[in-house]
Amino acid sequence: MATTSMNPREELEAIARRALSFATADETRVSIRNDSVGQTRFAGGEITTSGASTDRTVTITSTIGRQQASASTNVTDDESLRRTVDLAERLARLSPEDPELLPGLGPQEYATIPAYDPRTAELNAEQRATAVAGLIAAAKAVDPSQDLFVAGYLEANANHGRLVANSKGLMAFHADTEVSLSNTVRTPDGTGSGWASAGAREWGRIDAPALGRRAAQKAVASRNPVAIEPGRYTVVLEPQAVADLIPLLLGAFNARTAEEGRSPFSRRVAGQTLEPGQPGPTLLGEKIADERVILYSDPTDPDIRGTPFDGEGLPTRRRVWVENGMLKNLMYNRFWAQRRGIPLSEVGGFGGGLKMAGGTQSVDELIASTPRGILVTRNWYIRSLDQRTASYTGLTRDGTFLIEDGKIARSVKNFRWNESPLLMLNRIMAIGQAERVSAGMVMPSLKVSDFNFASISEAV
Amino acid sequence: MADRRDFLKTAATATAALAVAAPSASALVRPFRFGGAPDPEALALAGIDAARSAGAQYADARVGRYRRQSVGTRERQVTNVSDSESFGIGIRALVDGAWGFAATNDLSLDAVARTAAEAVRTARAAKRVQRRPVELAPVTPVRGTWRTPVAIDPVEVPIEEKVALLLAANASALKVPNVRFANSGIQSLREVKTLATTDGTLVTQTFFRVNPSFSATAIGNGDFQSYNEELAARSAGWEYITGLDMPGNGERWAALAAEKLGAKSVDVGRYDLVLDPRNLWLTIHESVGHPTELDRAMGYEANYAGTSFVAPPEAMINRLQFGSELMTIRADRVQDQSLSLTQWDDEGVPADDWTLIDKGLFKDYQTTREQAAWIAPLTGVKHSHGCSFAQSWADVPFQRMPNISLLPNDKDVTMDDIISATDRGIMVTNRGSYSIDHQRYNFQFGGQAYWEIRNGRVTGMVKDVAYQATSTDFWRSLDMLGGQSTYFMGGSFNDGKGEPGQSNAVSHGCPATRFRNINIINTGRAG
Repeated sequence: MATTSMNPREELEAIARRALSFATADETRVSIRNDSVGQTRFAGGEITTSGASTDRTVTITSTIGRQQASASTNVTDDESLRRTVDLAERLARLSPEDPELLPGLGPQEYATIPAYDPRTAELNAEQRATAVAGLIAAAKAVDPSQDLFVAGYLEANANHGRLVANSKGLMAFHADTEVSLSNTVRTPDGTGSGWASAGAREWGRIDAPALGRRAAQKAVASRNPVAIEPGRYTVVLEPQAVADLIPLLLGAFNARTAEEGRSPFSRRVAGQTLEPGQPGPTLLGEKIADERVILYSDPTDPDIRGTPFDGEGLPTRRRVWVENGMLKNLMYNRFWAQRRGIPLSEVGGFGGGLKMAGGTQSVDELIASTPRGILVTRNWYIRSLDQRTASYTGLTRDGTFLIEDGKIARSVKNFRWNESPLLMLNRIMAIGQAERVSAGMVMPSLKVSDFNFASISEAV
Repeated sequence: MADRRDFLKTAATATAALAVAAPSASALVRPFRFGGAPDPEALALAGIDAARSAGAQYADARVGRYRRQSVGTRERQVTNVSDSESFGIGIRALVDGAWGFAATNDLSLDAVARTAAEAVRTARAAKRVQRRPVELAPVTPVRGTWRTPVAIDPVEVPIEEKVALLLAANASALKVPNVRFANSGIQSLREVKTLATTDGTLVTQTFFRVNPSFSATAIGNGDFQSYNEELAARSAGWEYITGLDMPGNGERWAALAAEKLGAKSVDVGRYDLVLDPRNLWLTIHESVGHPTELDRAMGYEANYAGTSFVAPPEAMINRLQFGSELMTIRADRVQDQSLSLTQWDDEGVPADDWTLIDKGLFKDYQTTREQAAWIAPLTGVKHSHGCSFAQSWADVPFQRMPNISLLPNDKDVTMDDIISATDRGIMVTNRGSYSIDHQRYNFQFGGQAYWEIRNGRVTGMVKDVAYQATSTDFWRSLDMLGGQSTYFMGGSFNDGKGEPGQSNAVSHGCPATRFRNINIINTGRAG
């Protein structure tokens, strides 16, 4: 899969220097991504498609005065790089002035984050096929009496290098790997479906047979679901179900949107109308969630190991969004921060993954303390309903169960829900153990009261 | 190079046999080339030769050269100008009935040969985990070129002109009291794709697509409301964008955002639902387009997008009453300006035009060469319907949605006719929030603007509306169908499917419609 024989860092830096040498703009930024991916897809217990691809894209952003534009290419000979630099400069000259444009950053210091696993980067088609065969066999062994339908996807992604350099001497480089394996098992009668997934930076952390078993057990247990009345229920959300909801709030942490009156974190004052660019009041520093809620991004967290810089080369740092239920920080871009007098060290923040602090209870313990409720495996097709309250609609999927007297009583039909993840964080009954649901994302299970199930879905 | 000579011989014979389908060589659109880079056709042929040499019984190669450009603005400033190009080759190999794929941006002949060998090696690995060997439906080899009919290449229009048009649209919007924000943008792309297959097909096609957008936000009384105009993405040139007159219409569109601030929040309950085609097209996409994908019906998408209620095929074809008799659905890749418009698909199959649902009765699915045989005994159709597509040279082709459209009424029924026949209704326009389950039963869709209808008249704007139904219940309740004069073709520029996720552009045409007794919910009181 890998295409490079020399050190990827030296190679990308050499490309960046060549591109910068062709530049005539006031400022030039070069961003390079060099990725290869190997993927294997399976359904019906067999591999359906699999393949590998490799690509390297160079993006040139040229700034002339307050005019800026970018152009990119995946051909890196001198002629192509020169043509792309020329195109970016020509587009910049044609672009109107951007009053919000800030000068590029000078050299920065970055955290060193080891996140590149050679074994993951080199995972080949045979190894992927062997892992998939193991998963399928383990899933089928859960109930050999029926021909369980096993479908899933394995992807190993090697980011050999991500580089940001600019004409002011900034040079940032990071490499990482990421692997994910997910599978859905369906019973042949079409009434049961279960799902399990794992993601990590290292292939060695993925237990393929365990994922097959877990999805198959859920599929078998979820057969013949009954319809129960929609309404407000106590729910136990597994970590993936929480991971489907909490990141929806990220956009709401945008400082500018909040200060412009367009976010659930805007403080709305009746009769007041804001002019664009006139910052208004927000809920910063106020209680927005249950006091147990702690939500943050941190590229150096060992469970996350994110990218140590953003697209402009600005270092990413630990950024706490919600602390003890209080809105602790909003996300500023450089322009809005400068305007609001916020220091550069408090700008940005989403490069550092997302982690919600967990508690000590397992999912089984959350279930055991629930007299009546619904267990949700994961959610699907989530779409915004109302930005003012951060309300969304979506559906449960692949393992939805009724809890009675602290036990799984039976499988129930899926629900459509209409709910606000933000308001939900004010109705927390218990926070379970946190786990890594994908590389860069750590979420706990949650027990929440009065979750709004609006209608029944016949989908299995 | 014996293989290649054989290929050329085969291809030449095929061309002679298909004089109508294959334009003359003089009409060939040559993709522009990089210095030193080989000719795309030579590269594609080298790719399939190498795959065959490595052991493939069948191979195809796609060489892609893309330009994609995006311009975005807010209020009085430009937020983004970007232009990207990408060049590479993807090679697919079939070995003993198992697929393998590999792609690279390195277009040296050595790299192409290595990539072909990797595709074959991947196919051999897949063969170890296979139950049913792939069989491809027959296709007649073809040689030729084609391009989207456009007057003006949208990528070559100066950025200045694009920005001026968008800022003029924003300025027009900002004239409206309470409208504080306006966003607009245009994406333009030109894709040149060369396909070679070991069956003897060699075709080069040039695609043009544009995607305009406009939205305005009004703030007042402690509330904010947005309105997105439904500016359909199309396979079209710059002349389509200028024809939309965004600067001339911005004020009218923005006025709807301001009007929403004062609109009454809808009362929940059952109403007759009057859908503008600017809303219905996406409902067709979600509730008819996706469930009639044969790979979904067979479980291939179970782990991601989901399966389908239109399954199994033997229980559905000529048996499922999907909707009322007013519902006839055609699939095609031939409508003018439609996003799915092509001459040949990614397996060299000619663009098709066929019936999925006839007077409410389900008849057929969307298929590729691999899938055609799965249902041929049920449909009598042995050929592929030409639905194979990969979003780029770096991606594996698989079954993607063609245009799926609701045919209009033969009679000239207008929107006014529908409104005046409605006692208690809600009218919805444009695409809003939309969500549907993984088997495509339960959906909940919103729009951008809504009006209440009482006793045959529109009585005023309402807000916070979504309609929720089960797909077949919904389509069976279709009781009024507009005529050709109400027909509108909307489109999705980025429809996602597959793992890894791939984007497909697809259009949906439909007339104005009415659906009886549909559940309306209030999204403002949802949480």
